[in-house]
Amino acid sequence: MENTKKERFHKQCKYNQYVKQKSPKPNFFKNAIWAFLVGGIICICGQFIMNTLKVIGLQKEEVGTATSIILIFLGAFLTGVGIYDKLGKRAGGGSIIPITGFANSIVSPAMEFKTEGYIFGIGAKMFILAGPVLVYGFTSAVLVGLIYLFIGK
Amino acid sequence: MAIKKIGKQTVKFENPPYIVATATTVGPKEGEGPLKSYFDNILSDDLYGEDSWELAESKILRESVKRAIQKSDKNIVDMEYMLSGDLLNQLMSTSFAARDLGIPFFGLYGACSTMAESLSLGAMIIDGGYADYLVATTSSHFSSAERQYRFPLEHGNQRALTAQWTVTGSGAAILSTNGNGPKITHVTTGKVVDLGIKDVNNMGAAMAPSAVDTMIAHFQDTGFRPEKYDLIVTGDLGAIGKEITEEMVFDRGYNITKVYNDCGVLIFDNEAQDTHAGGSGCGCSACVFCGYIYKEMIKKNLNNVLLISTGALLSTTSAQQGQSIPGIAHAVTIVNG
Repeated sequence: MENTKKERFHKQCKYNQYVKQKSPKPNFFKNAIWAFLVGGIICICGQFIMNTLKVIGLQKEEVGTATSIILIFLGAFLTGVGIYDKLGKRAGGGSIIPITGFANSIVSPAMEFKTEGYIFGIGAKMFILAGPVLVYGFTSAVLVGLIYLFIGK
Repeated sequence: MAIKKIGKQTVKFENPPYIVATATTVGPKEGEGPLKSYFDNILSDDLYGEDSWELAESKILRESVKRAIQKSDKNIVDMEYMLSGDLLNQLMSTSFAARDLGIPFFGLYGACSTMAESLSLGAMIIDGGYADYLVATTSSHFSSAERQYRFPLEHGNQRALTAQWTVTGSGAAILSTNGNGPKITHVTTGKVVDLGIKDVNNMGAAMAPSAVDTMIAHFQDTGFRPEKYDLIVTGDLGAIGKEITEEMVFDRGYNITKVYNDCGVLIFDNEAQDTHAGGSGCGCSACVFCGYIYKEMIKKNLNNVLLISTGALLSTTSAQQGQSIPGIAHAVTIVNG
């Protein structure tokens, strides 16, 4: 019994290796260039919005908040009109990591699960992708805050 | 005594059932693929006038069944059984279609192997003398599968190069004790095979070992060689799974290169349609068999076909619990008169 288990494990390892060698590898260089360009353009847009808000006379603290709000709106809007998924297909991490990607991860399940109703569809499923980010984001914020409180000063 | 059983996993029919008619309905993307001229009904809108993807899939299945029955010059009430399944939880699209059709119904789950599974069981029912007419069918829908197994449609992620594209479509076949058309002569029922692949984006590699296992069992049980067939076709292994299968079967002493193909490779032009490794889903082998293969058999361009639909028996739960992907494959021999 022990032997057949070992044999099976060996066979599985061998097959996994074989499959790995058969599977095409993604072009990391091309993907990185796309991510850099698209991510960079999103950040330039953010900077442009920020500078514009400063010029029209918003306070320093308000500028950051207002910029985030505008970018989140843009991410949600582009998701709604069906552009953000096409962007994400090319850019990968370049469009997932900025705050617009966060908006996309909330709006896309909300759209998808509308058929299950406003409560158990949109309400319950909205955070299906962003939920883990929020949970571990909050947790690490609290931990870092505690470390800062005790030794950071 | 099991007088129709030959070898370990194969059945040879005494009165081989006829496939008297087939019908297919496919989505817009499939309708732009290389096999477009073989499909009966190509949708311009994959929601098909329904409120949800699941209901659209159900309608696709229902309409294919109705069309197949029409082509066989029979009525819905003449159908004694409906054998069908799909990929959705609790077979939603199938059950809802069966509710509307009102045909005595067996729901099957074999993931993407369902077409060969329903043909196998249907042929046994007919040859066993339990029915004169029945319908074997299955369906899948890209959007209903995506939302159940993967990400929301509008989510901006990248698909792996090894990933496949779930076919939107359904194929239905009418089996009968008499009539014209190709006959089902042998059925080889597959075992669940798992060689430890955990990557849900590489289903072709996960299912290939089961296709190989069933194919070898079929050759051993029947004594057939690959040369008997003018087409051996697997269900939805895609480009990577196809290559693996070919090599693994060769290692077992059978050269299938000349006659072998895969429905997932046939249904899309992977480069032009951006479908990465190829098509997948229950609808893949259903549409390719009921469309392309059946029509080519009627034209006598193909005369001996071995259809091996392949299924990945994973669930979202099993994948999240870190389990590997078990594969299944069933083989059906279909020959001309």
